[in-house]
Amino acid sequence: MHRFANPARFARLSARALPWAWAVAGLALGSGLVGGLLLAPADYQQGDSVRIMFVHVPSAWMAMFVYAFMAAASAVGLIWRHALADIAAKAAAPLGAGFTFAALATGSLWGQPMWGTWWVWDARLTSVLVLFFLYLGYIALWQAIEDPGKAARAAAILALVGVVNLPIIKFSVDWWNTLHQPASVLRLAGPTIHSSMLWPLLLMAVGFKAYFVAVLLLRMHAELNWRRIRALRLTAGESTDSSHGFATLPAERASL
Amino acid sequence: MPEGLREFLAMGGYWPYVWPSFAIALGIMLWLLLASLGEARRSQRLLAELRALRSEPGEGGDAT
Repeated sequence: MHRFANPARFARLSARALPWAWAVAGLALGSGLVGGLLLAPADYQQGDSVRIMFVHVPSAWMAMFVYAFMAAASAVGLIWRHALADIAAKAAAPLGAGFTFAALATGSLWGQPMWGTWWVWDARLTSVLVLFFLYLGYIALWQAIEDPGKAARAAAILALVGVVNLPIIKFSVDWWNTLHQPASVLRLAGPTIHSSMLWPLLLMAVGFKAYFVAVLLLRMHAELNWRRIRALRLTAGESTDSSHGFATLPAERASL
Repeated sequence: MPEGLREFLAMGGYWPYVWPSFAIALGIMLWLLLASLGEARRSQRLLAELRALRSEPGEGGDAT
C-alpha cells in the first residue's frame, strides 16, 4: 500500500489548499471582471471590442501554461515513475483543451470586427489550433489504452513531443507576418499596455490560474478515487471468495 | 431600461462580439468545474460503497 502513501498526503494537502484557491479565484475573477468591463477605458482604436482581451489573453496564456505544466508532469511521471505526476498531467488536459478552445473562439470573435475575418491560416492561429488538437490527441490516447501505466507512458511521450509547439506559438507573431498583434505584456522591455487595462488583465490572469489549481486538485482527487476503485476491483477479482467482485453498484448505475 | 445600462450592454456597438466572448470563456470554465465536481462526488460515493461492501478500513477523510 506504500503507493498510496503519497496520495494520502496529497489528499490532506489539497484539502488545505482548495479553499484558498477558490477564494483567490473568486476574488480575482470578480474584481477583474468589474475592472475589465466597467472601469477600464475603451481603446482609442478598438473601442469596446478591446474588452474581449480580458478573457482572450488569460485563456491564451493558460492554454500554453497548462500544456507546459502537463509536459513537465509527464516528464516527471516518465522518468521517476511517479503515479501522482501522471495523474496531474491527465487531470490538466481537459482544462488546457478548454482554455485553448476559449482562446480560439474569443480570438475569432475579436478578429471579425477588428480584422474583418473570423479566421486566417497564419502562424499564430494555426499553431494554437495545433495545440488544441494536441490536447484532444492526448485525452484520446488516455481513453484508448486501458492499463493506466501504459496509457500514462504513451500520453507522456505525445505531450513531450508536442512541447516543440510552445515556442512556435510564442514567437509566431515575431517570426512570421500575421494579423495578430505582437506581445504587449510579456515582453523583455516591459508592458506597453496602459495600467488602466493592465491591472484588470493581470487580475483575470491570476483568477484563471487559481481556478486551474482548484479544478486540477478536484480532478486529481477524482482520478485517485477511480484508481482505488480499480485496485479494489482487481484484488476482488483475484480472490476466490468474492461473490460481488464486479457487481454494479447503485452509485455506478446512476453514472451510466 | 436606464440609459447607462443600455449603453453598457451595447458595448459601443460591439455587443455581438464582446458578450459571446465572455459567455464562452466563463461558460467553459463553469462547465469544466461542474463536470469535475460531479466526477469527484461520483467516484467518492462509489469508493465508499465498495469499501463498505468489502468492509475495508477507509483511509480517513478525503478531500472533496
